[in-house]
Amino acid sequence: MQGGLDKGNPKLRELVINRQWCKGCGVCVAFCPKHVLELDDKEKAVVARFEECICCRYCELRCPDLAIEMPLLPQYGPNDLSA
Amino acid sequence: MALKNYIRERFFPHFWCAGCGHGIVMNGLIRAIEKLGLSKNDVVMVSGIGCSSRITGYLDFHTMHTLHGRALAFATGIKLSRQELKVIVPMGDGDALAIGGNHFIHAARRNIDITAIVMNNRIYGMTGGQYSPLSGYGTMASTAPYSNIDQSFDVVELAAAAGATFVARSTTYNVIEMAEMIQNAILHKGFSVVEIMSQCPTYFGRRNKLGDAVDMLKYMNRTTTTIGSQWIDEDQELIEIDSEAKEEQLKIERGIFIRKERPEYCAAYDEVIRRAKEGK
Ligand SMILES: Cc1ncc(C[n+]2csc(CCOP(=O)(O)OP(=O)(O)O)c2C)c(N)n1
Ligand code: SF4
Ligand code: SF4
Ligand code: SF4
Repeated sequence: MQGGLDKGNPKLRELVINRQWCKGCGVCVAFCPKHVLELDDKEKAVVARFEECICCRYCELRCPDLAIEMPLLPQYGPNDLSA
Repeated sequence: MALKNYIRERFFPHFWCAGCGHGIVMNGLIRAIEKLGLSKNDVVMVSGIGCSSRITGYLDFHTMHTLHGRALAFATGIKLSRQELKVIVPMGDGDALAIGGNHFIHAARRNIDITAIVMNNRIYGMTGGQYSPLSGYGTMASTAPYSNIDQSFDVVELAAAAGATFVARSTTYNVIEMAEMIQNAILHKGFSVVEIMSQCPTYFGRRNKLGDAVDMLKYMNRTTTTIGSQWIDEDQELIEIDSEAKEEQLKIERGIFIRKERPEYCAAYDEVIRRAKEGK
């Protein structure tokens, strides 16, 4: 977990990538508008620049393996599509 | 509810290939059901056979994994006997429109209140990349090594002509739009069809030199557009792969094409029973 919330979206608590489920397709990496994500040497997605994340949730919604979760800070309520 | 409440975690990681569009459809389907706030107990998901049809194993609703092409027949029985349930039928393009084509048009003709989701990757993924009725003229498949001479169906036109009262199309690139269309389709009273253009990088992508999942998603983004904004396309790749598109040089439209009312099958059947009981 990388810190530094001053630049990124203040709602976001963390960006969790499930390494057991990730198959390294690179979809989240390719379509992140802020280049937050990268594939590591094991071909798994990792968070490289957490502070750049604008919380658009495209990575989470496009992941074919349901391997990305973006829990928000509790005061921002349920984590649904409109959040 | 969190996404994990809707899945059977014990079967993950799922069996689909890296970058398979079917996983994105599943992702969007869960978001749609989450957004509608449906109770898991009120949803029945019925599938046939194919990579796409494996989706029912991963989702924690009432689920049935039935016979290739026959999911709509099973779903019709379920809906007629338990009308209060939301019945959703995810199908591959082969499942829905090759072996299951007859069930598909007749479910549409009856306008039974079922949501059909056609996960269209233009190929038989499960059995090794044979062409399907949606591969299209000029595409490559394991059963068409010198290119396919079969013309494809247009799922939207077919569903509309057969009588479906809600017909929409989206892609796995347009995830938010896709989830919204599924929501609308589930809420619609009558037979609703959502075609979701999906990618099979393993067979369709490789055979047709479309690259990996990322390239295929970019391709869907470039070659589709919202209803009414088709334009002459000079994209070489599009022209090479799809000779239909070459002829027309038009992008494929996404959106809700049909949304209308027509008597629904279960309601009409109830009415017959009511009259029969009254003896008139
Ligand atoms: C009656 C019958 N015929 C043929 C098959 C073989 N079979 C299994 S899946 C499939 C096609 C799968 O293609 P599609 O429905 O497009 O789904 P995909 O795997 O691409 O998601 C076929 C022909 C079968 N299981 N049952
Ligand atoms: S989209 Fe999902 S499976 Fe693909 S690389 Fe990213 S986290 Fe991994
Ligand atoms: S939420 Fe948006 S900005 Fe943040 S990592 Fe995902 S795709 Fe990138
Ligand atoms: S063969 Fe194609 S459709 Fe089947 S899981 Fe792999 S990518 Fe998906």
